[in-house]
Amino acid sequence: MRPFDYARAEAVSDAAKGSAAGATIIAGGTNLLDLMKLEVMAPERLVDINRLPLGEIEETEEGGLKIGALVPNADLAADQRVRRDYPVLSRALLAGASGQLRNKATTGGNLCQRTRCYYFYDTSEPCNKREPGSGCRAIGGFNRIHAILGASDACIATHPSDMAVAMRALKADVEIESADGSRRTVPVDDFYRLPHDTPHIETELEAGDVITAVILPAPVTSEQRYRKVRDRASYAFALVSVAAVVSLEEGRIADVTLAFGGLAHCPWRDEAVEARLKGQAPSRALFAEAADLLLKDATGQGHNDFKIPLTKRTMIAVLADACGLETGE
Amino acid sequence: MKTTLKVNGEERELEADSRVSLLDALRNHFRLTGSKKGCDHGQCGACTVMVNGRRINSCLTLACMHDGDEITTIEGLGTPGSLSPMQDAFVRHDGYQCGYCTPGQICSATAMLEEAKAGWPSVVTEDLESRPDLTDEEISERMSGNLCRCAAYPNIVDAIREVAE
Repeated sequence: MRPFDYARAEAVSDAAKGSAAGATIIAGGTNLLDLMKLEVMAPERLVDINRLPLGEIEETEEGGLKIGALVPNADLAADQRVRRDYPVLSRALLAGASGQLRNKATTGGNLCQRTRCYYFYDTSEPCNKREPGSGCRAIGGFNRIHAILGASDACIATHPSDMAVAMRALKADVEIESADGSRRTVPVDDFYRLPHDTPHIETELEAGDVITAVILPAPVTSEQRYRKVRDRASYAFALVSVAAVVSLEEGRIADVTLAFGGLAHCPWRDEAVEARLKGQAPSRALFAEAADLLLKDATGQGHNDFKIPLTKRTMIAVLADACGLETGE
Repeated sequence: MKTTLKVNGEERELEADSRVSLLDALRNHFRLTGSKKGCDHGQCGACTVMVNGRRINSCLTLACMHDGDEITTIEGLGTPGSLSPMQDAFVRHDGYQCGYCTPGQICSATAMLEEAKAGWPSVVTEDLESRPDLTDEEISERMSGNLCRCAAYPNIVDAIREVAE
């Protein structure tokens, strides 16, 4: 690990000013320190935000929840309100990492996780995300875990978070404080960027920005599911995951939000797919049609071709379960 | 960097580089070598300790981030003459072969039982709103952050189940 200066922020403004001056923010550290040990990241300065008062989950005036950026993943998953009103979020969090990591990893940090692309992690290889302009060896290389949607010629990495997939399905907002003291909220829908030719820029966060909270809208009466398909039964990243929030009325899909993990540079959502489902009576044929729409531009890279049929099957299974379809119905 | 840690009930001063992980502080500075370095990347769980009562990977956190925190290592759970219930159960159920992962397994299991007592669900919990039963499936899922290369898993689960009961 390269040497760095360490400072502890006593206020959000300390962290924002530190970030504006080039420091890297450390919260749980479970991803950052891993990357620093490998020198994939080599910040010269760290600003530790763990003592900031951002560890509470509060109810909002709108009937939703404001989740402080430092709320550990374990606490968020176990919160009674989250378990009752946003089960897709509890399920997604519990599907990620291990008990030890969930105790340390934070809500804000989880959103900012870096990709697990092997080439990003291997500093002997070129990587446009790690070293802009150096190239991408995942394209044409080992790419079993890589993207099938929204990738570019510069980068085919995927976002590893489960939590962020659920947050996108729940239409959450990210609250951000800037170095000038102003606060803004960015919907998770707009928080992430696709790789294009700048895969090293992953989110809308700029120097001087500090995530202070994630805000969930008021809960809606819905069936919520999170299904994660992975190589091991536990403690593995998603190959494909599906978060579904489905409202049924009189035998029809009144509303539906779907978000997908493991497919792209960010949690993926396609409103055209949701529009195809809305107002319809649930059936496997309908779900298959919607899945084809989702995947019409999907491109396999060779080793990850299997993700295309896997996504379709997982989406159909999740929707059938959420809509209460019997086997074969 | 100067950091004060409360390790197994005793206040300890650390004067170390900012890069020193909590694990390296425990092992190399305080000579508490019970916590083990396996992967050093948060993947194996051999370094599991409790910080303020919660299990974490001590390899993936900086010692300087823990000023004032209470750290419990395997050495703080029990002694050879006075084993903790979990240590005792691991011995009786032969919950290890080479023993390298064992301190992490025992710290993790001890804290995991507190999580279950607090009613925390896991990904295999059927009903998120009910109190989970610590079935073998639940124990395995909740312990998935601790690898045992010798695959003593059945006996580890036996030991934990006994203490849970």
